[in-house]
Amino acid sequence: MLALTLPRKTPAHGIRASWKLLALAVFSALLVPLENLWLLAGFLAGTVILHLLLGKGVLRYAVWMMRPIALFGAIILGFHLITNDLAAGFRIILRMLTLVSLANLVTMTTKLSDMIAVVEWLLTPLAKLGVNTHVFGIATAMVIRFTPVLIDKATALGESWRARSVKRAGWRIVMPLCLTAIDDAERVAEAIKARGGI
Amino acid sequence: MERNIAFIALFAALIAALGLLPKFTLLSGIPITAQSLGIMLCGTVLGAKRGAMAVVLFLALVALGLPLLAGGRGGLGVFASPWAGFLFGFPVAAFATGIIVEKYRKGPLNVVAGVAAVIGGIGVLYAIAIPYYMIAADKGLLASTLIMAPFVPGDLIKAIIAGLITGALYKARPAAVLSRS
Repeated sequence: MLALTLPRKTPAHGIRASWKLLALAVFSALLVPLENLWLLAGFLAGTVILHLLLGKGVLRYAVWMMRPIALFGAIILGFHLITNDLAAGFRIILRMLTLVSLANLVTMTTKLSDMIAVVEWLLTPLAKLGVNTHVFGIATAMVIRFTPVLIDKATALGESWRARSVKRAGWRIVMPLCLTAIDDAERVAEAIKARGGI
Repeated sequence: MERNIAFIALFAALIAALGLLPKFTLLSGIPITAQSLGIMLCGTVLGAKRGAMAVVLFLALVALGLPLLAGGRGGLGVFASPWAGFLFGFPVAAFATGIIVEKYRKGPLNVVAGVAAVIGGIGVLYAIAIPYYMIAADKGLLASTLIMAPFVPGDLIKAIIAGLITGALYKARPAAVLSRS
């Protein structure tokens, strides 16, 4: 399965994942209480420049990841046009664009394995308390492995439905899909147990 | 232990797979995806604790950068938008749905699960998503509720479907409906 990481290496790929996440958290906390429109616009401009500095294509990919936000921005602006308070609308949109694009930038420049390593590191205090944190890695691997399996199964169920009916299958394939998930889970559990358990 | 982990992981994968099913459009023109149906099913089939854990696992993978949300979205950015209240509300919704199915054992399962999905997957979910939106987007209660209202009819349909599917699964694999075992 494709992750959302940029296919090309940028200078930001070299920074440690934990530092990037910490910087994102600090910056987000600082940005939320800001009210000054010019300051917010300045930060968004800075974010755009940061994308440009990281290399060609980074900004285009970032804009592509922001698709769902565009509709929301239009709703907000429309709402504030009616209530005659455009400044508030722009404030919300500027803040949101900056926060979402910076968070996406961390996702784009960090490998999935590095992210999982940070989560495992964050869980170490729990491990000292006796919780088996190794389970998180196993469960993660299972989700990554089984999501495409279930998607393939859903596609096959939909196609066999179409072979018998002129209508689209829609929700009717959800029940057999759930059965597949349940049966796979039982088999995987038995397989793990047979190999010595967790 | 192994069985619990396998069920939690497989249902997290099921939420992801449901999000990628082609969406169907309501008469009102609002597109609905099956992803929140997956959240409801986690509660009705797995029960409160395991259901919530499956949803948390799913969200953790979204945050780590896998494009598993409906429409192929993912990454840390989705948790920064004003709609993120829905994401933070998902585990609570699954937990609430699950606890109702676990505690209320009278009556046919498909009805109980359907009602539980309405209370947990709609009531509890919107009780978190609306205040979150009010703060994040700086809107009043009425405006926020009006913006979200078009999604409720689709959610009601999904709750009914979740109830029917849970009842059918209980007939086909009684031991696998962990909320009742």
